[in-house]
Amino acid sequence: MSTVAGIWTPYQFDFFTNGLLVATLAGALCGVLGVFVVLRGMSYIGHGLSHAVFGGAAASAVMAVNFFLGAGIWGVGSGLLIGRIARRRIIGADAAIGVVTTASFALGLALINRYGQARKSIEAVLFGSILGVDSADIVAVALMSVATAATVVLAYRRLLFATFDPEVAEVSGVRVPRVEALLMVMLSLTILVTMRVIGTLLISAMLVIPASTARMLTNSFSRMLWLSPLIGAVAGFLGMNISYHLDLSASATVILVATVFFVASYAVSGVRGRARIAHLHHV
Amino acid sequence: MSHELLVECAHLSCAYDQNLAISNVNFEIRHGDFVGVVGPSGSGKTTLLRAILGTIKPVNGHVTKKPGLRMSYVPQVESVDWNFPVTVLEVMVMTRSRTRLSPRIRPEERTEAETVLERLGLGGLGDRHIRELSGGQQQRVFIARALFHRPELLVLDEPTSGVDVRTRHEVLHLLADLHEGGVSIVLTTHDLNGLAAHLPRLVCMNKRIVADGAPLDVLTPAVLEETHGAPMEVLLHGGVAVVLDTASDEAVRRFGGAT
Repeated sequence: MSTVAGIWTPYQFDFFTNGLLVATLAGALCGVLGVFVVLRGMSYIGHGLSHAVFGGAAASAVMAVNFFLGAGIWGVGSGLLIGRIARRRIIGADAAIGVVTTASFALGLALINRYGQARKSIEAVLFGSILGVDSADIVAVALMSVATAATVVLAYRRLLFATFDPEVAEVSGVRVPRVEALLMVMLSLTILVTMRVIGTLLISAMLVIPASTARMLTNSFSRMLWLSPLIGAVAGFLGMNISYHLDLSASATVILVATVFFVASYAVSGVRGRARIAHLHHV
Repeated sequence: MSHELLVECAHLSCAYDQNLAISNVNFEIRHGDFVGVVGPSGSGKTTLLRAILGTIKPVNGHVTKKPGLRMSYVPQVESVDWNFPVTVLEVMVMTRSRTRLSPRIRPEERTEAETVLERLGLGGLGDRHIRELSGGQQQRVFIARALFHRPELLVLDEPTSGVDVRTRHEVLHLLADLHEGGVSIVLTTHDLNGLAAHLPRLVCMNKRIVADGAPLDVLTPAVLEETHGAPMEVLLHGGVAVVLDTASDEAVRRFGGAT
């Protein structure tokens, strides 16, 4: 009885309930965008963009600029730059991501070394900090979740067409560069608003694992679009609870829970399910 | 309305990274045309299609299209990921991306799509995942998607590439039916005997237009050698030109096969 009662203990703390809410929303948000990331074979982009946003976070901390403003502009700029370089096909998308984001990350590190400020804040950005979640984070993640859901519903066919067959989509009147820029902006802003919970180093996992798990379980794009955020949200919710009771890092636990879902799906989905993710690039 | 000019390429040159893919191409497509563009790999066939479709900008010259021209493009089957999680019906309705905001497929869209699928021999396959189709069915799904866009001009890139003889016949007959139904068609092909020789109009190109006309006028040893850079012979069989690759004959002799 006392064990059951103990489950509810963390709910009396505001920092926990705030963190739980943001982690659940962040899991769902990353799950939605992860569908596009995984199906476009751009799984590396989450990893890269989170590093790029780190550069912006470091710069905004050093220059005492608002975190969301500084890192947001930096992240969106990096995302659009990657998209632009990749579209020109002079170098591949992976190389474009590598160059832009590692340079941004290196600049962030250099700024910290040079000015040596805001160390605690930078560590929170790198690894995520449940204590760092405040009402501004909750509002930011909630607004981003609503905006992403609305965009995906309203631009569903264009997003699907531009992801499946961009060349024919363009001929059919879809402005593919605009759709891709929209995805990059949503991705950058999602990383920005969720990084304080999950941390930049682990955020790419939440963009890849729920979507890859959903892909194994279904052969339908529309089903993937609700299954992936559901898996992400449940991983966020369970991960937060487990991390409290086992005194583990929240971000690491969320990702480990998502990984358990992935392994379980891998085990139960059979040869067909595994074949589906075998054809995804970079997973 | 007949023979109305749909597309005109004038002194058209296109390049990739400063390497000219096509140079000074003058080419017209009129209403009712059924044109095949032939040439070796790297001769600029697909680039010409892209210039017509507007997905590549010319470095010189221009492409003029009839105002409001509805074009549909059928790319090579290999150009997409057939493991992508979509059904045949979803592939079809994607073409209504600009006019429909809702993800839901409306009943009238489903009915219209199923009519097109039925017409192309794909009846009852609307809810199948695209991976579950044969190569010929996948090619026809691409054509069905193009038709669902209700085009005046259908543009196809290598529609019989990598398909078996039966599928090639099916595609050829299907395109002939569509042409008779009023759709103008331009396609690229490597297949001189199986496809090109049966079309009403052929354009031979190797970065520039070498010849443009009826197959019997265009499929000559001189034009083919200039286009492909290799000697070829042409025979007439049942009123249709049959192209023989004399280099292949030489190889057969050298390796001791029967001639």
